[in-house]
Amino acid sequence: MFKKLALSAVTALALSTTGAMAAGGAGHVEDFAFSYEGPFGSYDQEQLRRGLKVYTEVCAACHGLKFVPLRTLGDKSGLGYSDDEVRAYAENFEVYDEELEDTRPAKPVDHFPANDAAGAPDLSLMAKARAGFHGPYGTGISQLVNGMGGAEYIASLLTGYTGNEKTEAGTTLYENTAFPGGWISMAPPLSDELVEFDDGHANDLHHLSADVSAFLMWTAEPKMMERQHAGFVAVLILTILSVLLYLTNKKIWRPIKSGVNS
Amino acid sequence: MSGIPHDHYEPKSGGAKWLHSRLPIVGLVYDTIMIPTPKNLNWMWIWGIVLTFCLALQIITGIVLAMHYTPHVDNAFASVEHIMRNVNGGYMLRYLHANGASLFFIAVYAHIFRGLYYGSYKAPREITWIIGMIIYLLMMGTAFMGYVLPWGQMSFWGATVITGLFGAIPFIGDSIQTLLLGGPAVDNATLNRFFSLHYLFPFLIAGLVIVHIWAFHSTGNNNPTGVEVRRTSKADAEKDTVPFWPYFVIKDLFALAIILTVFFAVVGFMPNYLGHPDNYIEANPLATPAHIVPEWYFLPFYAILRAFTAEVWVVQIASFVTGGIIDAKFFGVLAMFGAIAVMALAPWLDTSSVRSGRYRPSFKWWFALLVIDFFALMWLGAMPAEEPYATFSLIASAYWFAYFLVILPLLGVLEKPLPQPATIEEDFAEHYGKSSQTPAE
Repeated sequence: MFKKLALSAVTALALSTTGAMAAGGAGHVEDFAFSYEGPFGSYDQEQLRRGLKVYTEVCAACHGLKFVPLRTLGDKSGLGYSDDEVRAYAENFEVYDEELEDTRPAKPVDHFPANDAAGAPDLSLMAKARAGFHGPYGTGISQLVNGMGGAEYIASLLTGYTGNEKTEAGTTLYENTAFPGGWISMAPPLSDELVEFDDGHANDLHHLSADVSAFLMWTAEPKMMERQHAGFVAVLILTILSVLLYLTNKKIWRPIKSGVNS
Repeated sequence: MSGIPHDHYEPKSGGAKWLHSRLPIVGLVYDTIMIPTPKNLNWMWIWGIVLTFCLALQIITGIVLAMHYTPHVDNAFASVEHIMRNVNGGYMLRYLHANGASLFFIAVYAHIFRGLYYGSYKAPREITWIIGMIIYLLMMGTAFMGYVLPWGQMSFWGATVITGLFGAIPFIGDSIQTLLLGGPAVDNATLNRFFSLHYLFPFLIAGLVIVHIWAFHSTGNNNPTGVEVRRTSKADAEKDTVPFWPYFVIKDLFALAIILTVFFAVVGFMPNYLGHPDNYIEANPLATPAHIVPEWYFLPFYAILRAFTAEVWVVQIASFVTGGIIDAKFFGVLAMFGAIAVMALAPWLDTSSVRSGRYRPSFKWWFALLVIDFFALMWLGAMPAEEPYATFSLIASAYWFAYFLVILPLLGVLEKPLPQPATIEEDFAEHYGKSSQTPAE
């Protein structure tokens, strides 16, 4: 009976966790293939750099990244820019310095600026604050297979505009197949060839959306590579430890089980 | 310490004798570690060590996290991101702590249901059971307050909903709610007291764990047969038991290593699977999330809370009889705490003279249904409060109460138990082949 219970404990986790999201009337989310997916996946440095360019030229007009320190653009597991490149990039932004009581160009120690001018949400953690995959029946099993799907949600949103719009109470709403409820107040931000890459990389809407979504996954989880590495080492060590303990256990119990002692 | 006859610590060297006559601490450790343990314990008896590990893990990671965390509404969310991005290994500390809570509850539920199946709560182990239930309640309080600390949307709104439950208590509810919140609504005062109590409770739990272990070391462990260890002589006791060290320590550590392998895979590869995406949005008192859902380990009781709406006839009767003092909201709160209370009262509700479910042919099936019921409630707790889930929740909640209040008392009278082995030795020998020269594996 308890063997069955142990099995069902695993199922229970899947059953219980993310149920409510299934009920949310969520839109359609396409399963983009990102390089960081799976235990052995890793961020594609070139893609993150392209994503940063898309963010800087387009998204940054309305959205901030206030939790992301600029210096982390130099992280080797992420975008891997050199110190000089980070310094040069930081100067794109003006920040308010309390000591100077004035604005100055940002330095690597500063964060990306917050930006709530247009009432747009901060994007630092957006890829973890949304789930692209749900269910079935509130079981969360699809998340077990596909991941949480936060970046997929963002990419699907960016590519999900149908072109229809309507005006409600003075606000223009745009129809979007990924957005819950179907109508979003953000105008379509990206379009084919909106951003040009120096290396001539494909820049159609689909590619731009995937690139900036991968970048936002990095801003949300900059230590993913380190974490997966730690997880892998831990699993390896614990597997070896489990085998050793199994053999030890078998050996010390053998005389008891064969009745030598009793 | 134990009532089971066994060898005690004898200090040999001069220094050891000197210490022993002043503080018999080595003897205490020796007697605790070498406690005679029924040798037929199965794999459901490993959860105690998993729970001990979880408590240690949570306290150690928690103390370090507290060094970097800021309990203020303006800074709490940002300080968690500071831990995730700037603190050395901070991302591992936080994910270990967050997922450690889930492992803690998986283990405690397995531990509780093991006790329910094998009758570990029955005389003379009622005190062990009651202390366990108090630990479980403290765990829930600790986990709930800990979930508020990151100050995300679910933190804030979960705190609003749960403290609101106490507001449903007639007459004194509002005062209790204000005391919990430190004001009229969830705010900085709430965050500060929750942080303080979240730090305090684990040490209360640690103290109660010692009493819990002390209690069952006095009565001796239960075991899958429910038959007691023979205490007629040391020789008899030794036929039924083996010392805890090394036999069960190694066995339990083996089980723990397997469980931790899975645990670290979750932490390393899908640390947010058990969390809620909304908690990565900073708390905003002006924006209510579409669905406020507690963490998975609260869902069964959350389902019971929501099941008793004003349309249910028991609720209407209660409201009528008490002149409206017990309304639907308060009834739900009573039902939720009642669901845990009936479980705590199991030692007195179960009338059967047979301890282990193994020898109770009908009990087995009612128990299996209770386990299914628990998972059904867990699923229903995450579903929206609408049909058909409302009706299912009501049925599932009703079964939970019926199991403890009707089935357990009646079964003891109606059920004809199967024959039990005379001794643990007999059960063990039967399992591993009576007179065979080779191990049965």
